[in-house]
Amino acid sequence: MKFLFDSDTWQEIYGSIRKNKTRTAITIIGVLWGIFLLVVLLGAARGIENNFNKIFGSFATNSVFVWTQSTDTPFKGFQKGRRFSLTLRDVEILKSEFSKEIRLLAPRNQTNNLIIKDFKSGNYQVSGDYPVLDKIQKKDLMYGRFLNDNDILSDAKVCVISEDMYKDLFDKGDKPIGQYLKINSINYKLIGVYKRSTGINFDGNAAYIPFTTFQKVYNRGDKIDWMMITANEGINIEQMEADVLLTLKNLHKVHPDDKRAFGSVNLGVEIGKVTGFLTGMQFLTWFVGIATLIAGVFAIGNILLITVKERTKEIGIRRALGATPISIRRQIVLESVFLTTVAGMLGIVFGALVLFGIDSMIGSGDDAILINPTVNIPIILIAFLTLTVLGSLIGLIPAYMATIVKPIEALREE
Amino acid sequence: MIEIKKLHKSYPIGKDSLHVLKGIDLHIKEGEFVSIMGSSGSGKSTLLNIVGLLDEHDEGEYYLNGQLIKNLNEKKAAILRNKFLGFVFQSFNLISYKTALENVALPLYYKGIPRKERLKTAMEYLDKVGLKDWANHLPNELSGGQKQRVAIARALVTKPKVVLADEPTGALDSTTTDNVMDLLRDINNDGMTVFVITHEEEVAAQTKRIVRLKDGIIISDELTSKSKAV
Repeated sequence: MKFLFDSDTWQEIYGSIRKNKTRTAITIIGVLWGIFLLVVLLGAARGIENNFNKIFGSFATNSVFVWTQSTDTPFKGFQKGRRFSLTLRDVEILKSEFSKEIRLLAPRNQTNNLIIKDFKSGNYQVSGDYPVLDKIQKKDLMYGRFLNDNDILSDAKVCVISEDMYKDLFDKGDKPIGQYLKINSINYKLIGVYKRSTGINFDGNAAYIPFTTFQKVYNRGDKIDWMMITANEGINIEQMEADVLLTLKNLHKVHPDDKRAFGSVNLGVEIGKVTGFLTGMQFLTWFVGIATLIAGVFAIGNILLITVKERTKEIGIRRALGATPISIRRQIVLESVFLTTVAGMLGIVFGALVLFGIDSMIGSGDDAILINPTVNIPIILIAFLTLTVLGSLIGLIPAYMATIVKPIEALREE
Repeated sequence: MIEIKKLHKSYPIGKDSLHVLKGIDLHIKEGEFVSIMGSSGSGKSTLLNIVGLLDEHDEGEYYLNGQLIKNLNEKKAAILRNKFLGFVFQSFNLISYKTALENVALPLYYKGIPRKERLKTAMEYLDKVGLKDWANHLPNELSGGQKQRVAIARALVTKPKVVLADEPTGALDSTTTDNVMDLLRDINNDGMTVFVITHEEEVAAQTKRIVRLKDGIIISDELTSKSKAV
């Protein structure tokens, strides 16, 4: 191993690399391109993944939403086309029957109303909610707090509004907390302002008031518009969705095969499609990257083989002067390892620069396509190591070819 | 120094084989200045290649510096070449991207001499052949005679036992031929064994012993007037 640290070894390699500028350049480009592509593709894939994570991040992704429509099959004396509503009783029954499967359940009521603050006003969605909503659809609060159990118990006339509504209804610099907003001619005390959601959001700009307050003010009784359900870890969410719907159909005297009576969206399934796509994309990235890398390494081998043919005479001279076969092989293998290493490092550097460029151009802001496009250091190290090993293996072929001929035959070569 | 007994060598050509050397007996003592004469195809180059361990003989015995050369692997051959032999070729065989100095220093590299010492020794030998001022020139910046002198310096730099020169003047004009032959004679006068292959009578006449080869057999082996002068 001593020869590795011998300046003479490197002097020889430097000499022969400098002599053959074109082939050095081509070789380096081959491998550089491979590892560059691998880095950029992996980084881009990571960026897209991060973007999806951001979109879904604030939302419990194992959620099912259920609402009612109208029946499409006559059942138990009811005609088809019957309209009906979910009720709080359904919520209680589901909670007790699916206590193992359901983690959180949020019944919701929504309407649209004019909201007035002094001389400013606007039409916004008003939503009656339980505090549990915050756990399903995370609210990031700029000021104050979200609804709590006390608000529910006391039917408090309090509300939480969005950042955009705050900007619409308040003067700049105005302190929002504790001020009063008039919704449907009733004054509500403002207790919180939440930031605009960067991810998926089913409410838009909504003012949240306590569920119980909504019930009374809008005279809903125990009817609810829809409900959000999230499942416990490890629960088959599609199975749970089907079971919940069947229970609800039974409660509301709906035919078990009725397709229209209940509407539902399974967020888990929708996200599963996206993550499946992501996995496919990552596989493709690896495949393309590694294939390019291998092609690059073969290019090195090929070029080395050609140059060994070109250099047969030089190798013959060296052998006449006393170069042992092992020193010739060592030099050629080291040349190939050196070239792959340099090319690999350059590829990583250029790849990182491109990722940095992507990041600073389209990697930030609310509508960023690629967020924080990065590549794991261990992955890069493994790729780099593989490259070096392949480089030395491929270098062995021309090295072997260089020493297999008798020195006199090598010398005769013109 | 070099002792050859009943040496045979043939090359396969298709199904047949070409019998090039047909039983050569040759003894060269230390300090001799020998030339091998012969027309092309007489087997003189083959003989030099075998003596130079660049090729293997089929039959017979070959002792180099008292050591029997038989079934050498390439590594051993390389070490022996480096230790005992110096080569001068017709086409110079300098490495084109190395300077004169680096070319001369190359055998020392394979001998494992440290770089500083290597370059110092190489410079001494370049000085000896009168090319000190050309040390940092590439071979293509040198004339034919200069190139051959660099090659001679390279052959001498490891202090070998024998210098083998294969048509050293084949690519040179008559003036530079004389220069190169003078140089080889000086080396011989310093005690080095020199073994020249040539087909030029004038060149052979400057050596001290002429061995004539024809169709793979030695037809004459005589001392020249030069040897009597010493």
